[in-house]
Amino acid sequence: MTGFGKPGLPVVVVVALLAVLPTWFHFNGDAFYLDLATRLVILGIAAVSLNLILGYGGLVSFGHAAYLGIGAYCVGIPAHHALYGGLDAIATNSGWFQIPLAVAVSALFALVTGAICLRTKGVHFIMITMAFAQMVYYFFVSIDEYGADDGLVIDTRSELGLIDFDNPLQLYFFCLGSLVVAMALVHMIVNSRFGMVLQGAKGNNDRMVSLGYNTYLYRLVAYVISGAMCGFAGALLGNFTTFISPEMMDWSHSGELMFMVILGGASTAVGPILGSAAFIIIEEVLSRFTIYWHLPFGLMLLAVVLFARGGFSGIIDRLRGRKLLPGEG
Amino acid sequence: MDTTLLVTQVLNGLQLGLLLFLVASGLTLVFGILDFVNLAHGSLYMLGAFICASLTFATGNYLIAILISLPLIGLAGYLVERFVARHLYERDHLDHVLGTFGLILVIDTLVHIFWGPQGIAIPLPQWLDGQVMLPGGIEVPTFRLLIIGTGLAAAGGLFWVVNMTRLGMLIRAGASNRTMVGALGIDIQALFALVFALGAVLAGLAGMLIAPITEASIGMGNNIIITAFVVIIVGGIGSVKGAFISALLIGLIDTLGRSFLDDVFKLVMSSDAAETSAPAVSAMLIYIIMAVVLAIRPQGLFPPKVR
Repeated sequence: MTGFGKPGLPVVVVVALLAVLPTWFHFNGDAFYLDLATRLVILGIAAVSLNLILGYGGLVSFGHAAYLGIGAYCVGIPAHHALYGGLDAIATNSGWFQIPLAVAVSALFALVTGAICLRTKGVHFIMITMAFAQMVYYFFVSIDEYGADDGLVIDTRSELGLIDFDNPLQLYFFCLGSLVVAMALVHMIVNSRFGMVLQGAKGNNDRMVSLGYNTYLYRLVAYVISGAMCGFAGALLGNFTTFISPEMMDWSHSGELMFMVILGGASTAVGPILGSAAFIIIEEVLSRFTIYWHLPFGLMLLAVVLFARGGFSGIIDRLRGRKLLPGEG
Repeated sequence: MDTTLLVTQVLNGLQLGLLLFLVASGLTLVFGILDFVNLAHGSLYMLGAFICASLTFATGNYLIAILISLPLIGLAGYLVERFVARHLYERDHLDHVLGTFGLILVIDTLVHIFWGPQGIAIPLPQWLDGQVMLPGGIEVPTFRLLIIGTGLAAAGGLFWVVNMTRLGMLIRAGASNRTMVGALGIDIQALFALVFALGAVLAGLAGMLIAPITEASIGMGNNIIITAFVVIIVGGIGSVKGAFISALLIGLIDTLGRSFLDDVFKLVMSSDAAETSAPAVSAMLIYIIMAVVLAIRPQGLFPPKVR
C-alpha cells in the first residue's frame, strides 16, 4: 500500500484549472460556462470509474452509461414519490437517502451482472455488458409510471442540509470535490496490492492465475467499485439536469464514455478528465458551428483510433520523450 | 388464444428473424473470419434503405431499385473495408469498437446531410400492396410473404455459397485458420474484402426489404445492430448455421413475447401485476436469453468447429 503518493503535476494543474476558471466565469455572469464545467466534471467522474476497469483492468465495458441512468433514477424515483405519493418506503427528497441508494443499487447491479459478464472475455464481454445496459434501457422505457420514453422530471433536487444543490456554484464544487475523491480513490486502488493484481491480470491473466490469484474475484470487486462510482456520478447528473430519460443510457453514450477514456489516455490518472474535457469542448464548439457536428467528431474518433494511439496522455508523453511501456501505447 | 393472431404473429416473428439473419450473417462472417467487431454494420443496413428509397423514386420501380442498390451497397462495404477496417484487423477489439463507432457517426451524419432528418417511406407497387388469403381464412399482407420468401432465398443462397462453392470453402478455411489459408497462396486480403462486401450486400438487402414497412430512417441501423449482435452471440460467433437458427429463435421470441407474455403471466399472477410486468419483461426478453446462454455456454449455442 503506497497510499496517496504524489498526485503528479498534470492532475494538480487540471484540478486547479477546474477550481478557478468556472468560478471566474460564474462571477462574471457567464452561467453557461459553469454549466459546461459541471457536466464536464460529472462525466469526468464516470470516465474515472470506467478507467479503473477499462484502463487498469483491461475490461472493456460497453455498458457504463447504464450506471449513470440507474444513479439518476435513484434520485428521480424517490423525489417523484415524495411529490406524488406512493411507495412510502423510498419517497423522500433527502440526498442522504438518494445518493447512498444510487451507489448501493449500482453496486448491486454491477455485482449481479458482473458475476455473469466476467465469465466471458474478449468481444463476448463487450457485447454482454452492452446487452445488460440495453436491458436497463428497455426496463425504464416500459415503465409508464416514471415517464417511459419521455423521461422523468426531477422536481426537487436532493436535499443535503449544508449544501444547496439549487445553487449552481455549490453543486459544481460538490461535483468537483467528488471528482477529486474519486481520482484519489482510483489512484489508491491502482497502487495497492489489489490494483497490482488487477493490472497483472490485464497483462497476463494465466500467469496471475497460476501465481494463485483468483483473478475473477479481483475483477468482480473492481467491477463493482467502478459501477458504484459511476452510479454516484449518475446521481449528480440527475441533480444537475433535473431530468432523466432512458435515452441517457443508450449505448452510444456508453461509447462516448469509452471514447473519453481512450482519447484522454487509458490507465493514466489525468486521462479521463482530459478526455471528458475534450469531449465537452468538441461537442460544444462543433455544435455551435454546425448541426452536423457528429461528422467531424466521428472523423476525429477514427483519426485517434487509426493514428494517435495512447490518446492525449500518450501524445504528452511522446512530447516529453518518455517511452511508453509495452502494452501501454 | 386467438389462432388468427397467433398465425399472424408467428409470420411476423419469422419475418423479423429472417431480416435479423440477413444482418447477422454478414456480421458473423466478418467476425468469424477477420475477428473484427463491426458496429458500423448497421449503418450499411440503413444506407441500403436510403439508397433504395432514392432509386425507387428515380426509377419508379421498387424491384429495379433493389437490383441497382445491391451492387452499390456492396461497393460501400468494400470502401469501409478498404479505408477503415483493413487498418484495424491487427488491433484489439477495443479499437474496433471505437473506430467503427466513429464510422457510425460519420455515416449517420452523411445520410442526414444528403437525405435530411426525415424518414423516407418507399411506396410499394400495386401488386405487392395487397393481402393474400391463406388456407384457413387468415389474411396476410403480400409484402410480408415476399420478405419471408426473399429472406429464405438469401439464406439458402448463402448456405450454398458457403458450403458448396470454392469461395465458400475458402471462407470456411479462413474462419478456422487464416494464416494457413494465406500460406497456401490465397490472396487473403481480397478474400477479406469480398467477405466484407458480401456482408454489406446482405445487410443492405435487409434494409431495403424493411423500408416499405417502417420507412428509411437515421437511427434504424443502430437499433438492429444490437439485436444482431445478440443473435450472433447466442448462435455462436462465426457460425452461419448458428446465426440462422438463433435469428429465427430471437425473432419469434421477441415478437411472440410482446403479444402473448401478459397472457402467460396471467396464469401465475394477478391480472394487474401481469399487465404491468409483461411489457418490461418482454422488452428485455432477448437480453435475458442472451445472458442465460452466455452464463451456461459462453461460446454460444452452435459454435463453429475451429482449429
